[in-house]
Amino acid sequence: MSYFVDKKGYYGEFGGAFIPEMLYPNVKELEDNYLKIMQEPSFQKEFQELLKEYVGRPTPLYFAKRLSEKYKTKIYLKREDLCHTGAHKINNTIGQILVAKKLGKTRVIAETGAGQHGVATATVCALMGIECVVYMGEIDIARQAPNVARMKMLGAKVVPALSGSRTLKDATNEAIRDWINNPINTHYIIGSVVGPHPYPDMVARFQSVISEEIKKQLLEKEQTENPDYVIACVGGGSNAAGAFYHYLDEEKVNLIAVEAAGLGIHSGESAATSILGKEGVIHGSKTLLMQSEDGQITEPYSISAGLDYPGIGPLHAHLYRSKRAEFISITDAEAMTAGLELCELEGIIPAIESAHALAVFNMKKFKESDVVVLNLSGRGDKDLDTYVKYFKL
Amino acid sequence: MNRINQKLQENKKLLSIYFTAGFPKINDTVSIIENLEKSGVDFIEIGLPFSDPLADGPTIQVSSTQALDNGMTSEVLFNQLKDIRKMVKIPLIIMGYFNPMMQYGIENFCNKCAEIGIDGLIIPDLPVDVYNDHYKSIFEKYGLINVFLITPQTSDERIQFIDKISEGFIYMVSSASVTGSQNAFGKSQDDYFKRIADLNLKSPQIIGFGISNAETFKQATKYAKGAIIGSAFVKYLDENGTANIHKFVSRIRD
Repeated sequence: MSYFVDKKGYYGEFGGAFIPEMLYPNVKELEDNYLKIMQEPSFQKEFQELLKEYVGRPTPLYFAKRLSEKYKTKIYLKREDLCHTGAHKINNTIGQILVAKKLGKTRVIAETGAGQHGVATATVCALMGIECVVYMGEIDIARQAPNVARMKMLGAKVVPALSGSRTLKDATNEAIRDWINNPINTHYIIGSVVGPHPYPDMVARFQSVISEEIKKQLLEKEQTENPDYVIACVGGGSNAAGAFYHYLDEEKVNLIAVEAAGLGIHSGESAATSILGKEGVIHGSKTLLMQSEDGQITEPYSISAGLDYPGIGPLHAHLYRSKRAEFISITDAEAMTAGLELCELEGIIPAIESAHALAVFNMKKFKESDVVVLNLSGRGDKDLDTYVKYFKL
Repeated sequence: MNRINQKLQENKKLLSIYFTAGFPKINDTVSIIENLEKSGVDFIEIGLPFSDPLADGPTIQVSSTQALDNGMTSEVLFNQLKDIRKMVKIPLIIMGYFNPMMQYGIENFCNKCAEIGIDGLIIPDLPVDVYNDHYKSIFEKYGLINVFLITPQTSDERIQFIDKISEGFIYMVSSASVTGSQNAFGKSQDDYFKRIADLNLKSPQIIGFGISNAETFKQATKYAKGAIIGSAFVKYLDENGTANIHKFVSRIRD
């Protein structure tokens, strides 16, 4: 079985490009060019240089000694939280801004939920001197004020999405509408492995630097490229796609995708898409998504703004359906506790998204000899307010 | 022959009206359709509301949200329409997004449409190639015409391809935009309308998006067989209710 995208843009039965005709030329232009551009030596040179000098890669693969002692297994943390702007998101925006430049685009749009992808996009646009417009749900703008301020300082225009539920999915709709209205000069930087083909594949390739580095680093530390487990959280699924990418065909490496169960899977306030979702089409992709009986997309919930997306990327839907990855759901409470534990044991404040992945150690028993790599996708600075309120600090 | 094809043979410029089913009130559907026919509209697009209508502008999005809040679903719409052919003769097209149809089951959905007497479907986010590979035979089995869109950015080659596989008309999107975003057409649109007319396609073209009044209707139908009004009518319903639909229609065709 293949876990990579096929010629028509599908992962198994998921993926494709379910887009209105108005978007066809834009998406086709990207599809025809993204691989070519990514293979150009000049592109690779600039991309690698920026990852090293600007983003701060390679990020460490850190052996978490005290966490390992507590859970009686060998835990390595892939420190994506140390990337410039505080999360893995920038790996993708650096790649896409270079693609946009090669395509001659002069304007960039993006959607954002918690604001991390918006900040990462605003950052690379500032770096390249390209006009940047970020769509963000009106409700998210109110609850993520620091990131809104960061985007503005970086010169981006933040446009509130006022339609529907006024959160991430609506911000994505607005970005797509903007692209329909500005088909010639604009590139849309999608922030996750979602959307129409070729986005899921392109974003996964840009994020695959994560597992590429893990392989090299683990070889040095453990004399093998392959861990027993790779754990990552999944909202849309970009950090997980990056952490899994070079292990997809290594069937001995167990992949664990962690979703947000919110207040509990069956509480009605959850974002556990693989369990609660059904096949459908969202934002141009056929995947698993949370929806009503009648096919209306429902609003997910998680304490972590980066995980409350009603769908998952088609790659992850395929990993779920084919059982290549194990999917585990973690509640708000479990994630918050695990987040605080990492602060106390390792002196690292994780993003609440990444804290969901950390909570797996309380759910699943690993062998003492197991080598477990956990992708620590982001740092918790942006979540201080939530931590403070939750723990009444 | 499908009612759409019969209508397209009439020697006149055609006016089509779109409305969102379930808006302003859940049970307005049948009376809106009857009134539109009485007012001389040539065919009707019944909008099946969707939570995330990404090709639509704010007017249709807001009406869709309202319609869903009012309780509109595929099942409710089909029940409302079950006797519609006892009263209404003009072509009826359902316009909606793919996901709700997928959940209903494409074959079930088409079957239901055929039972009721729906003549065609417009599904903006169902791409031409996916339709061809997976759904064409089902649509044909139930005698439904699937209407494809073209835009100013669509290449001539692709337009020829879409023309070849179209069985009714081609839905020509007036400009690079979502629904409802213009008040008048400029030179670039006029050039585009003429360019398409000069391709001498086998399928008649009906222009939609941005048609709102007598002037834009006239501009659009200078080259095309007809035009579709959506957002402007939805806005009219919002402001005036369903009582004076004929006034709206007569202003377009004055």
